Amino acid sequence: MDELKEIIKNYIINEYLEPDSDPITYDTPLISGGIVDSFSMVSLKRFLENKYNIQIPDEKATPEAFDSVNKIAELVREFVKV
Amino acid sequence: MSNFGSYEERVKSFSWALSEQELSYQPGQVINIGWYCSDRICQMGKADKVALIWEGFTGEKKVFTYNDLRLYSNTIAKFITDLGIKAGDRICLFMDRIPELYIGFLGILKTGAIVQPLFSAFGEESLFVRLENAQTSAIFTQKKHVSKVRKIRDKLPHLKHIIIVDYDGKSTLQEREVAFSMEQTEKVDNFEIYPTYAETPSVLHYTSGTTGMPKGVQHVHYSLISQYITAKWVLDLRDDDIYWCTADPGWVTGTSYGIIGPFSLGVTQCVLDSGFSAEAWYRFIEKNRVTVWYTAPTAIRSLMKAGDEIIKKFDLSSLRHLASVGEPLNPEAVNWSIRVFGKPFHDTYWQTETGCIVITNFPGMPVKPGSMGRPFPGITATVLNPNNYEPYPEPGRIGLIGLKPGWPSMMRTYWNNEEAYRNKFRNGWYLTGDRARIDKEGYFWFVGRDDDVINTGGHLVSPFEVESALLEHQAVAESAVVSKPDPINMEVVKAFVTLKPGFTPSKDLELDIMNFIRKKLSPLAMPQEIEFVDSLPKTRSGKIMRRILHAKEWGEEIGDTSTLEND
Repeated sequence: MDELKEIIKNYIINEYLEPDSDPITYDTPLISGGIVDSFSMVSLKRFLENKYNIQIPDEKATPEAFDSVNKIAELVREFVKV
Repeated sequence: MSNFGSYEERVKSFSWALSEQELSYQPGQVINIGWYCSDRICQMGKADKVALIWEGFTGEKKVFTYNDLRLYSNTIAKFITDLGIKAGDRICLFMDRIPELYIGFLGILKTGAIVQPLFSAFGEESLFVRLENAQTSAIFTQKKHVSKVRKIRDKLPHLKHIIIVDYDGKSTLQEREVAFSMEQTEKVDNFEIYPTYAETPSVLHYTSGTTGMPKGVQHVHYSLISQYITAKWVLDLRDDDIYWCTADPGWVTGTSYGIIGPFSLGVTQCVLDSGFSAEAWYRFIEKNRVTVWYTAPTAIRSLMKAGDEIIKKFDLSSLRHLASVGEPLNPEAVNWSIRVFGKPFHDTYWQTETGCIVITNFPGMPVKPGSMGRPFPGITATVLNPNNYEPYPEPGRIGLIGLKPGWPSMMRTYWNNEEAYRNKFRNGWYLTGDRARIDKEGYFWFVGRDDDVINTGGHLVSPFEVESALLEHQAVAESAVVSKPDPINMEVVKAFVTLKPGFTPSKDLELDIMNFIRKKLSPLAMPQEIEFVDSLPKTRSGKIMRRILHAKEWGEEIGDTSTLEND
């Protein structure tokens, strides 16, 4: 199990999904699937920055880069070794 | 040649009766938007024409003809009638952009009930205040959103029916819940449409103001007259067009021009129920051969940010006319669209209250990048002196945008708030709350809001509503909410917060407060930045001076501070 991906996935489940929502996987489309919108993306980015003590530049924080747990984990790994 | 033709000729000969004639409507007759958008198109021989091409984020696709629209809206109308819904009842649509949202809108109107669309990203508090204010009788929703309704239903005695359109039987239906499948219910060929008239209430859209809770803007069936002709002339919709309006019907653009305008014209429109992604949007245009595209400056700026290279991967040559709405369209965005699409986005200006486009750049006429354009024929617009509410006699002066009331889709009142409605008028003019100037050629140029309302990504957010919600967070003692500049959304919400004893500022607390507001109100209302301060600037009478904080964020002069408490 990938710890980073689990942390991201659990945060999304707890913060962005309603109780009866379908389960998500590492590949579930988050932005294009309407689970996280562009405004909510700001709080998700803030969570990652706080958690891993990193700064994700705005130009890297694109809807495409945040569109799945896998992609977010890839982005985070660019800035920190986890 | 555009549908609109010459501005001067149209202004000279314009009468709303032109639209009435095209719709074969005579004053005093029955007028029902649900019928006009489905049955009438079928009677015109277009029953088999595609009305709606819908695509979900997984790529799932559904296609509905005008006859499908007629049958399914009848089915929905019968279903709610059988539940006991009566003309004048408020029925909420709280769903993503799924076909049931578009067709349910027409079905509700066919019963004479008032449709109340609400943005599905609203949190429980935003949902509650709107359902309570409207005393809504029934709500259509989806499994994924029903938990928000369950949290507040006990405080809503008027809400008798919670209709779940995608119930799969995996969980038990709870109190007041009922399952309804539009496509699996037996289709209703004949439904006796309720005889609504010009002034019968039709749609209730909620909008935010500076003070007080959101207000329900009440429209009537006669609004169709404005929405039909503006869709035809401003969006230049024609019989063979494939039209894409990216707005969500939780907001007025998504109903006036995402349902009523195109369907009353018998045009084919497509809907993408998906979050934003430049690649997905361009692919959607290419795949559906979209010809007319109505979107928002925030989306356009996001596409600009995604770069020009990605555009080269797609064939977007089908695009014929581009328009934009929601907030001022910056000149860079217009020039960019000319460069990459070979045609400009046409800015359109209007509000929830106006129901239709009132000032615009018209197709076939030169676009002045950065300008709002000129008033639609039949609309008298001006810039008013804020001291006496008289129009400025000369061009170039900055003042309040005022509109002479009387066009068909003008709001009729704010729901249960006649006083707030009356306050929108001065000296015979409807005050939009926006400031602008007019140039020598009669083009309007947007300057800014005349109040503290925040326009973020084309949606209005009330600072009062966010401040009230912030005070419910356990750590917050006081708050002040203002806008701050944002390159994509024009403005975003920023909160200044003082903390209660025992709490200390931290990044985690900031995130906790942000998420608290996002879930309680909506992602739009979530402060994108929270600044912890020791105290807030107040007048000697204790009123928080938002204007000082706003000026600081925008790098403006602070102005008169003589009433400042600690000055």
